[in-house]
Amino acid sequence: MNAAMSPDLASVSSKVDAVPHITIRGLTKSFAGQPLYTNFNLDFPKGRITSIFGPNGCGKSTMINMAAGLLPMDSGEVLFDGKPLSQTVIGYVFQNYRDALFPWKRAIDNIRYPLKIAGKSAGECNARTEELVQSFDIRFDLNRYPYELSGGQQQLVSIMRSLAVHPEVLFLDEPFSALDYEMTLFMRDKLQDIFEATGTTMILVSHDLDEAVYLADEVLMLTRRPTRIAERVVFDAPRPRTPATLTSDAFTRAKARCLDVFQREVSARELAL
Amino acid sequence: MFGARIASALSPAVGAIAFIALWALIAALELVDPVLLPSPQASAVAIWDGFVGGALIGDTIITIRRTLLAFFIAVGICVPLGLALGSSVRLYRSLEFVIDFFRSTPASALFPLFLVILGVGESTKVAVAAFGAGLLILFNTAYGVMNARKTRQAAARVMGASPLRVMVGVTLLESLPQTLVGMRAGVSFALVIVIVAEMFIGSTDGLGQRVINSQSIFNMPEMYATIFSAGVLGYGLNLIFIIIERRFVHWGGK
Repeated sequence: MNAAMSPDLASVSSKVDAVPHITIRGLTKSFAGQPLYTNFNLDFPKGRITSIFGPNGCGKSTMINMAAGLLPMDSGEVLFDGKPLSQTVIGYVFQNYRDALFPWKRAIDNIRYPLKIAGKSAGECNARTEELVQSFDIRFDLNRYPYELSGGQQQLVSIMRSLAVHPEVLFLDEPFSALDYEMTLFMRDKLQDIFEATGTTMILVSHDLDEAVYLADEVLMLTRRPTRIAERVVFDAPRPRTPATLTSDAFTRAKARCLDVFQREVSARELAL
Repeated sequence: MFGARIASALSPAVGAIAFIALWALIAALELVDPVLLPSPQASAVAIWDGFVGGALIGDTIITIRRTLLAFFIAVGICVPLGLALGSSVRLYRSLEFVIDFFRSTPASALFPLFLVILGVGESTKVAVAAFGAGLLILFNTAYGVMNARKTRQAAARVMGASPLRVMVGVTLLESLPQTLVGMRAGVSFALVIVIVAEMFIGSTDGLGQRVINSQSIFNMPEMYATIFSAGVLGYGLNLIFIIIERRFVHWGGK
């Protein structure tokens, strides 16, 4: 934002040196009379990965679901480069790939689906799908049905589907939490490769702090409900990040900072009780 | 090993063979009056005669036609209605009692009502059967939609699919396993109602009328032959639906 920004909006803007891509203003949402967000403001930087981390029930997924238009807001506005959602191409990767892919379509047709929705010709669909297969280095048979694939393969298909239409923003809701550890490590690096290749703005909800920090340019720490921004922790280790990153000083510092904030927020709640 | 394989291939037939053997034994020993229980051979001859140039084949076709007509009317009305009801939980809840009530009301009790409205004729038989089958299809479809996992609909919406496209391309398919269960129950139910209607509402053809007629003139082999073809018909319709379910809902339960 700019210098005219009021002081209480200071934490709204990213500490990362980048222009804002998604601007959330005046977001208000309550569930069963309990306020979750009250006049909440936030900017997500363009061309960066922002991880969202916070205590259970603080509304991490709720926030990206509202931004992606999957859940109505009570009031407020979300703009993408100043445009409303209706004029923006977004991608969304769900936590539960099994429930998100269409089991009646072959994997390849799942990937084609958003292209068909966008009105692309069969030729364009094939070209784009082929391009994705190449860039993801897919070695399994995409003519199978999703339920014939392993969990990791399914989530890979799910990610390819979300990227098919070249989204401006990619939302990821705990995308790897249902995968085994080996697959999780592989998928993190895959996601990082995609990010480096495309520079797509990514918003990652994670409940794994290592993952949140490892992938992010910035970790957005949230408080318990009613939810506010607790802190924005920058992690600017160079990419590509590798397993060595996980043991670097920068990583350890960023993670320790996040943990501090997290524990402060959790104990704030305990005092309130 | 080879013997074991033959045994496992034959095991589904064991019950049927035992049943016919028991029947033949009872008939041969004349434990039941032969007029009431003819031998399996006599019944088989009646089935053969009935199907080869006899009237049985004609009556079977008429019953199939009525059943399928009732079924397709029920599907045409109740699948779209079930989709609409299932999409709005509030709407379904407000109509749930009415649907449940009529579903629980024996459809045969509604014959007099339909007779008053539609008169004695083809339309009454088909209408009552369609009504009964329709309610089964309606509530199964609505439940299929209501219990559909919302994630897939959300995924389609986030990819920019219009509400109609989500409905047809996702919700309909998502509810298809449950809808097909409703259709299978519905077609069996339609057959039951059609046969009852053929027995009692001034019918001159159909399997139901044939059963009643052969019973009233004590033509027992023919009666058993007719019961047998009604059984084969019911079993066959069910089997067709199971095959359709396996073929078109290959993802069911996965």
